[in-house]
Amino acid sequence: MVVQALAFYLFATVAVLSATAVVTVRNPVHSVLLLILTFFNAAGLFVLLGAEFLAMLLVVVYVGAVAVLFLFVVMMLDINFVEMRQGFLNYLPIGILIAVVLFVELALVGAGWTLTDEAVAVLAQPTPAGLTNVEALGQLIYTDYAYIFQAAGLVLLVAMIGAIVLTLRHRQGVRRQKISEQVKRTRADTLEVKKVPVGRGI
Amino acid sequence: MEIGLAHYLTVAAILFTLGIFGIFMNRKNVIIIMMSIELMLLAVNINLVAFSSFLGDLVGQVFTIFVLTVAAAEAAIGLAILVVYFRNRGTIAVEDINMMKG
Repeated sequence: MVVQALAFYLFATVAVLSATAVVTVRNPVHSVLLLILTFFNAAGLFVLLGAEFLAMLLVVVYVGAVAVLFLFVVMMLDINFVEMRQGFLNYLPIGILIAVVLFVELALVGAGWTLTDEAVAVLAQPTPAGLTNVEALGQLIYTDYAYIFQAAGLVLLVAMIGAIVLTLRHRQGVRRQKISEQVKRTRADTLEVKKVPVGRGI
Repeated sequence: MEIGLAHYLTVAAILFTLGIFGIFMNRKNVIIIMMSIELMLLAVNINLVAFSSFLGDLVGQVFTIFVLTVAAAEAAIGLAILVVYFRNRGTIAVEDINMMKG
């Protein structure tokens, strides 16, 4: 129990500190790397909660895909980040004000919340005993939530096509191999036999 | 030393607040704004998984998967729009985005 508590405080502290650094550091590349650290620690919290599958999913999807995508874009675009920082201190008072108000509201909601006895009886999908987390989730996703699962796949497909359509561009003045035109060429298009009279040329 | 639901909810609330704070602080840098949105979605995910774990109801974790899906799609589309915008304007200052103003 003590080990679990220590692990929770470690993961939570590192996650909160690195999340603070994400929004305050000067260099966006550091920001992305700290975001990765935050996600790793959140995955640790998920493991503590008994959601191993989601923890691995968080590492694979967020660290492996989303954060790398961010890193690519930050490094690819040639942006003057010093100029971007202007106005940071101007927004500090309103930012802190809104953050404090929001946190107090969230804390009030969290503190005023209790679980009634009836709530346990109306669980939608009680966690089955004797199954691992992955098995239990798999039995749920592929049966009761199959349509939503397909819809999620569709969302990803649309996002993929959208991202490709948005960023694909055909540059003018670049010579490309056009295989269909090469195949369509006939001898009549390109070859001509001429009788050259002797001593005159064409 | 018992770690209860309230502990996880507090962490999630702090992360969500930091996401909001980041959006307000980095009004010009749209990349940091998108990272702040990812932080807020992560906070929501922690909330869902914490409730799922402490109530013994798996639906929370199922919905976390879908939130994760939507977050990944949103990041991909958002960054694609950002790349196109940078290609057209040479900057990513979001304060200048008012071309669609009627």
